[in-house]
Amino acid sequence: MPIDTGDTAWLLISSALVMLMTPGLAFFYGGMVRRKNVLSTIMMSFACLGLIAILWVLYGYSFGFGTDHAGIIGGFNFLGLNNVGQEASAVYASTTPHLAFMIFQMMFAIITVALFTGAIVERVKFSSLLVFAALWLTIVYLPTAHWVWGSGGWLAKLGVLDFAGGTVVHINAGVSALALVFLLGRRRGFPDEAMEPNNIPMVVMGAALLWFGWFGFNAGSALTSGGLASSAFVATNLGAAGAAFTWMIISWIHKRPTVLGTVTGAVVGLVAITPAAGFVTPLAGLAIGAIAAVISYYGMVLLKIKRGVDDSLDVFACHGLGGIWGAIATGIFAAASVNSAGADGAIFGNWMQVAKQLVGILSVGGFAFVMTLGIGKFVDKIMGLRVNRVEETVGLDISQHGERAYGGFLR
Amino acid sequence: MKKIEAIIREEKLDAVKKALEEKSYFGMTVSEVSGRGKQKGLSLQWRVGEYRVDLLPKLKIELVVLDEDVATVINAIVMNARTGEAGDGKIFVLPVEMAVRVRTGDRNEAAI
Repeated sequence: MPIDTGDTAWLLISSALVMLMTPGLAFFYGGMVRRKNVLSTIMMSFACLGLIAILWVLYGYSFGFGTDHAGIIGGFNFLGLNNVGQEASAVYASTTPHLAFMIFQMMFAIITVALFTGAIVERVKFSSLLVFAALWLTIVYLPTAHWVWGSGGWLAKLGVLDFAGGTVVHINAGVSALALVFLLGRRRGFPDEAMEPNNIPMVVMGAALLWFGWFGFNAGSALTSGGLASSAFVATNLGAAGAAFTWMIISWIHKRPTVLGTVTGAVVGLVAITPAAGFVTPLAGLAIGAIAAVISYYGMVLLKIKRGVDDSLDVFACHGLGGIWGAIATGIFAAASVNSAGADGAIFGNWMQVAKQLVGILSVGGFAFVMTLGIGKFVDKIMGLRVNRVEETVGLDISQHGERAYGGFLR
Repeated sequence: MKKIEAIIREEKLDAVKKALEEKSYFGMTVSEVSGRGKQKGLSLQWRVGEYRVDLLPKLKIELVVLDEDVATVINAIVMNARTGEAGDGKIFVLPVEMAVRVRTGDRNEAAI
């Protein structure tokens, strides 16, 4: 097929939009920690823009999207961007240059790694995090991305639907975050000491950038610039709106309609609509988002308040649970009339699709959990995952990066 | 000479300042402080659940006056900083050994 300029323009813009999500996430997370850890939290996301991009062009794209091996992993044919050029790929995004598809996928890999850092902020050692991130990308992300999105991937062949990464990005990151929390343990002082967010307006700014970038994430995943992209775009916005509104109401019922809760709801809605965006009708997005907010809110209560699990910025509750619900919801609400490459879901009588989605959730989630425990234990053994007591007390901004966020005469 | 340290509600600063100015006490140092007392703290919300913040923001006014002015100044502060609710603050009076005006080197009464 010839290169389509409209598709190419949209895919390149979408890549830039998804890129912006990572600094957006940095602000989203950075505003929620105590003031002594703002920079370190921002850095955990921002550093991925360097590290993961490098690994992606060296071998990441090739192992994820190169020639299939047994449905498990890609091949060596795209190493160092070999064979990835201005012409379209034979199998991916066939109306845009292969390079455009490659960089679009790069941005997904970057933000997936950045996402799980939220669970272990304020105590993880930066050098160990980088080593862990490189290993995790290689051992967890690349195979699972291949399973779901790679040409010949076994979950793709099975018919598991994941439009924009509910499984590959959010379940992967959310489940891995939980495994990391089990390895690292709680922050010193949790849950007895109040850990007040240092800058909620910064959290809002981050959430706004995430919402904005998510249009590239989801509508960009159409890989074309026509009706499907438009449908996914609207579904995405409705998912976010439904969840933001629902979270606000739940928060209000419990006490007050908090800003932090409302923007969290928006992000949870965006997570949940991600796998479904291009397979469901836009209006279904509203339901998917609203239900996601309920699941995530009470998941958070159960995990953090009742069980005292210090998933510090609630990555599992937001991305793990949001992603799992989104994957199931895709199996429920999918409509082949929206996207002929998709399928009909349970509401059209096809319960098999829900079963397929569950296979996707369990295989990717299970794989990510076990592998993360393994990689994390390994990194802990060779270099220690956690900073020492003094470094944690002083704060990671100074102990890990030699900087502080807010200077001035008196501080 | 006495130093008067008054911890007051943030929103009462303008009224206190004005009252002191009317009685010709112009000089003062004001700082933002955090403290706790009978007012206890505030309960704030995380995404789910709540956490307590027991140090609340207050303002501290410091001024040094002659011994015979202490009663007038205290009266002006109390009258203008009071709401009647817990959290109105406290006033402390301390003896001052010496005062120096940096610009001129003037001492004591001439310096305040």
